[in-house]
Amino acid sequence: MDHETKRALQIMAVKVRMGIIEGVYHAKSGHPGGSLSIADTLTYLYSQRLRYRVNEPNWADRDRLVLSKGHAAPALYATLAEVGFFPTEELKTLRHLGSRLQGHPDMKHIPGVDMSSGSLAQGISAACGMAMAARLNGKSYRTYVILGDGEIEEGQVWEAAMFAGHRKLPLVAVVDHNGLQIDGTNEEVCALPDIAAAFAGFGWHTVTADAHDFDSLEAAFLEADKVTDRPTVIVQESTKGKGVAYMENEVDWHGVAPKEEDYKRAMAELTAALAELEG
Amino acid sequence: MAEVKKVATRQSYGEALAELGEKYPDLVVLDADLAAATKTEWFRKRYPDRFIDCGIAEMNMMGIAAGLAACGKIPFASSFAMFAAGRAYEIIRNSIGYPHLNVKIGATHAGVSVGEDGATHQCNEDIALMRTIPGMTVIQPSDDIETKKAVEAAIQMEGPVYMRFCRLPAPVFHTPDYRYEIGKGDLLREGSDLTLVASGLLVTQALEAAERLATEGISARVINIHTIKPIDREMIAAAAEETHRIFTVEEHNIIGGLGAAVAEVVCETCPVPVTRIGMNDCYGQSGPAAELLTYYGLDADGICRRVKETLGK
Repeated sequence: MDHETKRALQIMAVKVRMGIIEGVYHAKSGHPGGSLSIADTLTYLYSQRLRYRVNEPNWADRDRLVLSKGHAAPALYATLAEVGFFPTEELKTLRHLGSRLQGHPDMKHIPGVDMSSGSLAQGISAACGMAMAARLNGKSYRTYVILGDGEIEEGQVWEAAMFAGHRKLPLVAVVDHNGLQIDGTNEEVCALPDIAAAFAGFGWHTVTADAHDFDSLEAAFLEADKVTDRPTVIVQESTKGKGVAYMENEVDWHGVAPKEEDYKRAMAELTAALAELEG
Repeated sequence: MAEVKKVATRQSYGEALAELGEKYPDLVVLDADLAAATKTEWFRKRYPDRFIDCGIAEMNMMGIAAGLAACGKIPFASSFAMFAAGRAYEIIRNSIGYPHLNVKIGATHAGVSVGEDGATHQCNEDIALMRTIPGMTVIQPSDDIETKKAVEAAIQMEGPVYMRFCRLPAPVFHTPDYRYEIGKGDLLREGSDLTLVASGLLVTQALEAAERLATEGISARVINIHTIKPIDREMIAAAAEETHRIFTVEEHNIIGGLGAAVAEVVCETCPVPVTRIGMNDCYGQSGPAAELLTYYGLDADGICRRVKETLGK
């Protein structure tokens, strides 16, 4: 990846993080930690990989992205706003009564959202259906789904993993491995298997990536895009709360909104990061 | 009663899908390793490319159906009622109901008439579960002709539909010129003393009960409610107003099912006594289907008995 592209992505990612903090702060609730951990991934996908039309959100040939870890909606909304699906100012209405920016993604009302999600594990099944529809309809779009690491404790994930492997669906699943879930670390709550090995057992191609390094993300997604005869899982090693120092690796920031002082600290840090990049 | 043709509505469902596959190219059928029992196997045989066996994984099947519908297909997701409405309830609610996706759920083996498999497989709670999902249409056809028309009507409407079918062969009493309309009750017999409101397999039991009651001087109206949601409020309100007493008959828990749906309408429109005949908040058990219907008082004898007891005759 060339220097300019990378810098542009880094700038966009900071803006996405600012959008996450704005949204969650004004909502007085929401999930900043797991939103920040996928900010770089969404930035990369929406600026480099996905085919879509901002002015035609329901374009039949668009690539599909399902945010199976739907609680990271603030990250998806901030990204969709950055690429122009709706004004960034609207992020401040997150979770407000009457806002279309529901606490979890709502495909019926938010342009750019391909699937309603929020109840864990359901997104990967829907993504399987979308990939099956591409095959039945003779379409070439790709289907991506983003899962949390705690999410894979849900049995339905493995029903879908088995199905996608059996059907050799060209699906790309990202597992955001930040190691933390609501009640503690994955290890404390219900230790996960070797994630890549578990998916490999169901016939998936596996790739690992550093979720906060655009070269690594690009290498992973380019590799995944070349695999068309079976599903691919990208296990991305991420930092929960990434980009806001006091939130990083802190389980308490899974589902709590910053109060005014913390909001100002976060925005100051992100503003400084932006200034340095744009310098 | 002369010998009539009997066909299980699950069989009619399977035949309808196989027949309609050609007319509706977007039709896709999913099953969870029960194609031989739900009768989707006939669709699989004719359209193998549009048949998706999901294996024994009903939750995933409902999610796949949602994804297919989000991309313009018309999926029918099939399993036993217990596993479709029961196990996969929350996926239906959140992945299908909430985004109002065009998924049709074909749930066979509903009710106590599943028979020998017993309580674990006799779903008497699915109507209650499905009708509380906003935007979900709930249909239970009563015979072969009605089932085939209902399946096509479900394809033609946009939005999620839960269709409830039975394993036990049901007498075919509708005629081919029967006009089926989702949401419209089917008035089968006029009567002035009371109304029997039935659905599915038990409609013919209600008809037979009305016949017998007539010989004892009791005039019973019979209404077939094939669409439990949205229910035909007008027809039910008129029955309450004109016959002053309602009995509901269903193979479902009396809590939350047809009886509850009818009682809701009656209370809001024209309050008259409503007696709910059904599974009295209990589980079923193993046994031949016909014996079970008798045991739980759901056959014509049981209906007549309850009516006369209630009327004090």
